[in-house]
Amino acid sequence: MSLTRKDVEKIAHLARLSITEQEMPVYVTSLSSIVDFVDELSRVQTDDVLPMAHPLDGQHQRLRADRVSESDQHEKYQTNAPAVQAGLYVVPRVIE
Amino acid sequence: MLHTLSIGELGRSLDSGQISSVELTRHFLGRIERLNPALNALITLTAELALAAAAAADARRAAGERGPLLGIPLIHKDIFCTDGVRTSCGSRMLDNFVAPYDATVVARLKEAGAVMLGKANMDEFAMGSSNETSYYGPVKNPWDTAKVPGGSSGGSAAATAARLAPFATGTDTGGSIRQPAALTGVTGVKPTYGRVSRYGMIAFASSLDQAGVFAQSAADAAVVLQAMAGFDPRDSTSIDAPVPDYSAALAAPLAGLKIGLLREFFDGLEARNSALIHDALKIYRNLGAQTVEVSLPHLPLSVPTYYVVAPAECSSNLSRFDGVRYGYRCEKPKDLLDLYTRSRGEGFGAEVKRRIMTGTYVLSAGYFDAYYLKAQKVRRLITDDFRAAFGKVDLLIGPTTPTPAFAIGAKINDPVTMYLNDIYTIGANLAGLPGLSLPCGFVDGLPMGLQLIGPHFSEAKLLNAAHRFQESTDWHRRSPPGYEQ
Repeated sequence: MSLTRKDVEKIAHLARLSITEQEMPVYVTSLSSIVDFVDELSRVQTDDVLPMAHPLDGQHQRLRADRVSESDQHEKYQTNAPAVQAGLYVVPRVIE
Repeated sequence: MLHTLSIGELGRSLDSGQISSVELTRHFLGRIERLNPALNALITLTAELALAAAAAADARRAAGERGPLLGIPLIHKDIFCTDGVRTSCGSRMLDNFVAPYDATVVARLKEAGAVMLGKANMDEFAMGSSNETSYYGPVKNPWDTAKVPGGSSGGSAAATAARLAPFATGTDTGGSIRQPAALTGVTGVKPTYGRVSRYGMIAFASSLDQAGVFAQSAADAAVVLQAMAGFDPRDSTSIDAPVPDYSAALAAPLAGLKIGLLREFFDGLEARNSALIHDALKIYRNLGAQTVEVSLPHLPLSVPTYYVVAPAECSSNLSRFDGVRYGYRCEKPKDLLDLYTRSRGEGFGAEVKRRIMTGTYVLSAGYFDAYYLKAQKVRRLITDDFRAAFGKVDLLIGPTTPTPAFAIGAKINDPVTMYLNDIYTIGANLAGLPGLSLPCGFVDGLPMGLQLIGPHFSEAKLLNAAHRFQESTDWHRRSPPGYEQ
């Protein structure tokens, strides 16, 4: 069950990844071979099996008291930002 | 020689005043300067910080403080956030990222007084089995620099094998500690899922990732794991269970230990590789263990299961890298979509993009049930097989890898061939089990590893079994040629 170029273009768009013209055939081939490889799973009998999202059974999301435990360090965290103005992250215009 | 001493011996030298942490740190920094260029095991060297930390450790010791890691140098895999120090995750995406906080693993080892020498090279975003996908170039295996050290923690493994530091941290999602430990002839431990905090450890696959250690021996690994392990309220998957005294448990006799040989691991294993494992089994029998054959019939499905689950989780985890708040941003984005697609397209390497797209595909509408949900069901079948086996035996044993280290460039263009390197290690990640690899011999001058897998939270037993083996053998004491001095 190989993937077509159109499939890969759609996946790349969902994943917000730009793929160049030269790269495209390589990705079509390698993604197809990966999908073919994992298709083996479809032949496994799993009718009454519960999916396993967590490796340890009996785990649940731990909750904590709703009390402030962090301090405002946005200046420190924003030192890694590509573009910042007045404490805001600058991006290309979103709304026309 | 300082770089062949155990952590215990180094601690005694430091305590007796024979050597200071500053001198010890200088010794390892000297080795890095001389030997690392041929290996490319480090992405960032933190010499100044290391000497300051060493001086601080010496001051703590002078004030009367003692501790097994006080003043001992280490290298951190570049996946752990280190406050004020670049944390690249082996990627162009984070080449300019200076972490604003310490990962819990980093903080705990710092608190114990360990001295960070630098950040180890790794496969990009921990995706790889050969350390060939790093933005910073491949790491070389010190046993043969034309060969890979394994991955994704290739830099940590190579640095430990070359004795550039007494120990190094790593992470293991599909075998990324155990496999490179095997290929470089060192001891590598992947704890039970939830045993060590993932806070500050850049996420690849959240239900599989686990932090662990590379060291010269199980005894050394026990000391480091002691400092790393334990509940962390900042990691919602951290398990709140007491940490046993790993060092105290090391010397326990193995009489009565039931070891299961995994039949599926031996099928198709090449004769010379198989012979090494069988020799190791003889040693275990001499130590009083019984060996029994067990079968995990769904285990061969581990690799395809993993290559649905891990990419799915990675596609979600790596969606945060969008060129907006940190990391790589493309030049002159024309709109928001262009900002996202080109920052990610240019910032990520090919293997990472392949896995993000695989994950996106298996999670997408119309395919979620057939792939992701299906894989989660097969994951349960594999986990149940392990549980059944541990009803009959205490530990499982087998090779860590199908072969010794392969040549750089040999498999990088065929993803599926590369993925099959993890065939023996992946099962433990899917089931959340602890696993360990220790050196068990050589084939054509290249190291091979013996893998031990145990039930959840059996790290003490694994380390004990490894330690007793290392008391009877000296594979773990061998240095690669050219790295002894």
